[in-house]
Amino acid sequence: MKFDTVIIGGGLAGLTAGLSLQKAGQNTAIISTGQSALHFFSGTFESIEEPPQQMQRLFEEAGIRLHYERGVRLMPLGTFRESALSLEDIDIFPTPKIGRKALIINFMGYHDFFSSFLAEGLQKQGLECRVRFINLPELEKLQLSPSEMRSVQIARAMDRVWEKVVQEIRMLLKDEDVVVLPQVFGLQDTSVPGRIRQGVPARVVFAGTLPPSVPGIRTQMLLKKRYQLLGGSILMGDEAVKAHIYENRIHSIVTRNLDSHYLEASHFILATGGYFSKGLVSNPFQIYEPVFGLDVEYAEDRNTWYNPAFAEDQPYMGYGVKTDGKLHAVKDGQPIDNLFVVGSILGKTQPQFGSAAGLAVRSALAAVDEILRCTQNDGEESASNPLSF
Amino acid sequence: MKLQEYTSSKGNFEECMKCTVCTAYCPVLQVNPLYPGPKQAGPDGERLRLKDPYFFNKALKYCMNCKRCEVACPSGVHVADLIQAARIKYDTTPPKLRDQILASTDFMGSLARPFAPIVNGVTGLGITKTVLDATLKIDRHRTFPKYSGRSFEGWLKRHRKEQAAFPEQVAYFHGCYVNYNYPQLGKDLVKVMNALGIGVQLLDKEKCCGIAMITNGMSQSARKHAEHNVGVLKKAVDQGLKVVTTSSTCTFTMRDEYPSLLDVDNSAVKDSLLMATRLIYEKLEKGATLKFRADYHKKIAYHTPCHMEKMGWGIFSEKLLKMIPGVEFVMLDSACCGIAGTYGFKKENYEASQAIGAALFSQIESVNPDIVACDCETCKWQIEMSTGYPVQNPISILADALE
Ligand SMILES: Cc1cc2nc3c(=O)[nH]c(=O)nc-3n(C[C@H](O)[C@H](O)[C@H](O)COP(=O)(O)OP(=O)(O)OC[C@H]3O[C@@H](n4cnc5c(N)ncnc54)[C@H](O)[C@@H]3O)c2cc1C
Ligand code: SF4
Ligand code: SF4
Repeated sequence: MKFDTVIIGGGLAGLTAGLSLQKAGQNTAIISTGQSALHFFSGTFESIEEPPQQMQRLFEEAGIRLHYERGVRLMPLGTFRESALSLEDIDIFPTPKIGRKALIINFMGYHDFFSSFLAEGLQKQGLECRVRFINLPELEKLQLSPSEMRSVQIARAMDRVWEKVVQEIRMLLKDEDVVVLPQVFGLQDTSVPGRIRQGVPARVVFAGTLPPSVPGIRTQMLLKKRYQLLGGSILMGDEAVKAHIYENRIHSIVTRNLDSHYLEASHFILATGGYFSKGLVSNPFQIYEPVFGLDVEYAEDRNTWYNPAFAEDQPYMGYGVKTDGKLHAVKDGQPIDNLFVVGSILGKTQPQFGSAAGLAVRSALAAVDEILRCTQNDGEESASNPLSF
Repeated sequence: MKLQEYTSSKGNFEECMKCTVCTAYCPVLQVNPLYPGPKQAGPDGERLRLKDPYFFNKALKYCMNCKRCEVACPSGVHVADLIQAARIKYDTTPPKLRDQILASTDFMGSLARPFAPIVNGVTGLGITKTVLDATLKIDRHRTFPKYSGRSFEGWLKRHRKEQAAFPEQVAYFHGCYVNYNYPQLGKDLVKVMNALGIGVQLLDKEKCCGIAMITNGMSQSARKHAEHNVGVLKKAVDQGLKVVTTSSTCTFTMRDEYPSLLDVDNSAVKDSLLMATRLIYEKLEKGATLKFRADYHKKIAYHTPCHMEKMGWGIFSEKLLKMIPGVEFVMLDSACCGIAGTYGFKKENYEASQAIGAALFSQIESVNPDIVACDCETCKWQIEMSTGYPVQNPISILADALE
């Protein structure tokens, strides 16, 4: 099958690239072997830089509203971290003193939300805190299987019964000016977090839960939906296993599910993520990139890969695939002309793109610009609609 | 160090990093609190079961084997295989009579077909449904697939000569549904193939692929079917034929479940067994052409059946439908329709089955297409019954749109 661009990896970087290329009129496919790091997404893009306008527009068109404020956000364990660019339902505060008194709400039987840590953390900032558990008949079914009472199951129920939660909060609320809730709202119905804010006469703060992340899954679903609406094809659950490379160009890739049916394209984007997503693989001897065997930058001596102090910065997190100045992949010292590398597989080797989710989006947009520039310059024949009769 | 490199466990269960992603995509977990969910039932449970079979949990029977957990898992854990393999290994309860009946699709078909009008009349009667509901626990709300009076095999045999005249040939694994319930799909396939200059022939007596037997605890019978089918497929392949199919579930079962769940080696035939959509796409890509009617205008919403999603070949159906001029194509969110073969026919599952499909049904209603396209016959029953929208196999749509 022929495409203009084939993107390997359906996380934040791959979807962003796919969306912008489809929007520019290309015929693309995204192939992704499993779900992505978005399922652990806090809702904040860990980079302080201004958002590229292009990104904000792209996300807005997909139904994802972003806001940019410099400040701090409340972390799941009651600490605060510097943040700026975030999803609409993530609050950014100028200082950690976010109010006078907080009412922290949890659900009966839900163990993935750390209400007492949050209370401790907020108390440290001088807030008085009260933790209350609410119960709804709609949650009783979930409580039968305590190990599976997780964010997403609760969120599915909340899409239907969030109004009852608002009523419960209004009954519990005394003179608190802050209400902290778990991030289990707005999975399908994206208007829910906003409507809860309207219904509660106090500042509502949504705080993180253990994964899966509801705002992350929502972001993923909306990006994917928009991509498909623009005509993009997703090969979900499939895996790029190897490539046919001739004279520093990728001719086609082989996938696990399509076996002898190769995917051909003028350009390829590698967005397979870090260690978590197996974009990078480490064993006792080396760190490597499994699909193309690209050059990876890492320290020779394995003993220096990690820092024995667990909570410190870990050197291995900085390692990534080597690229030239224009994000072309490098194999055996030679750049590959039509393969671009984006997202967390780059490690932290590209400081100009910021870190984490910021890196994913910015590098994806940079690669897209480069691809569109090449396509225009070369007047390359578009492979769109290879089957028009 | 060597140990770390060379150890790998069955179904990759030790690769599980407990990320819980699979639990977010399991349709059963959304509606049935008695089901422990893919992570518990799969990799977590496997560790315990290996210690002591005592830890086998009968609630694993609620798993529909839809494989959505596997598609979602970022670590390559064969979650659903682990669950089905555990059921085969540890669940010694003999299947109920009802389950045996539901599972024996080809046997039922060959019995019912000669009496089709009577059977259809009888299974359609309110009273029969009530009796089936009470005695066999087959839910009364289900509409039974109609049995066709004439089998597809009979029809194709009558057209053997014309088909043999085509220079190029394929064999067709039609499956029980085409043979007994809906021969029209088989005829549509023949029409499209013929338009490409390809003649269609039968296999030397195929049997039901056996998926319903696997999920109903009859793996011994399923293995017999698998061995038989691999045999007849091999005969065709040895003659240089490709074998095409029109059902994603039959295809998936024969390509993937035979070796992974039934230990039946299909390596000699696997590469030659293709969904017809893939073969057609590949022909067109190599330069073959199809001529379409100018007056064909339809809004088509495509539903990816679970086993198609797992197999990863939905792209061929998608691309073929998009290519028909006059088709407005909408991709539906990938979600289970809730029927999962015989699962939704069982009284104890009816409610769960409808709840699982609810999101898909309401999306279909809001898209309001002329036709829902999908490559699976059980999805077709479920979606037609639950939404009232007509459902067609992409092959039938192609046939209909041809000049
Ligand atoms: C647990 C965790 C939590 C995080 N939380 C945050 C956060 O809160 N904020 C933040 O800014 N950043 C966070 N990050 C960083 C995160 O990595 C980036 O923000 C960003 O989501 C990475 O996007 P990506 O598209 O590069 O990679 P990923 O999201 O990892 O996506 C890669 C995709 O490629 C697929 N893939 C891999 N190999 C293949 C193959 N061979 N063929 C086909 N597909 C393949 C994978 O299955 C996966 O779906 C977190 C990371 C992790 C691991
Ligand atoms: S998605 Fe895979 S790795 Fe994650 S919990 Fe499920 S089986 Fe384990
Ligand atoms: S196969 Fe389907 S029903 Fe079974 S555990 Fe996986 S997702 Fe759930």
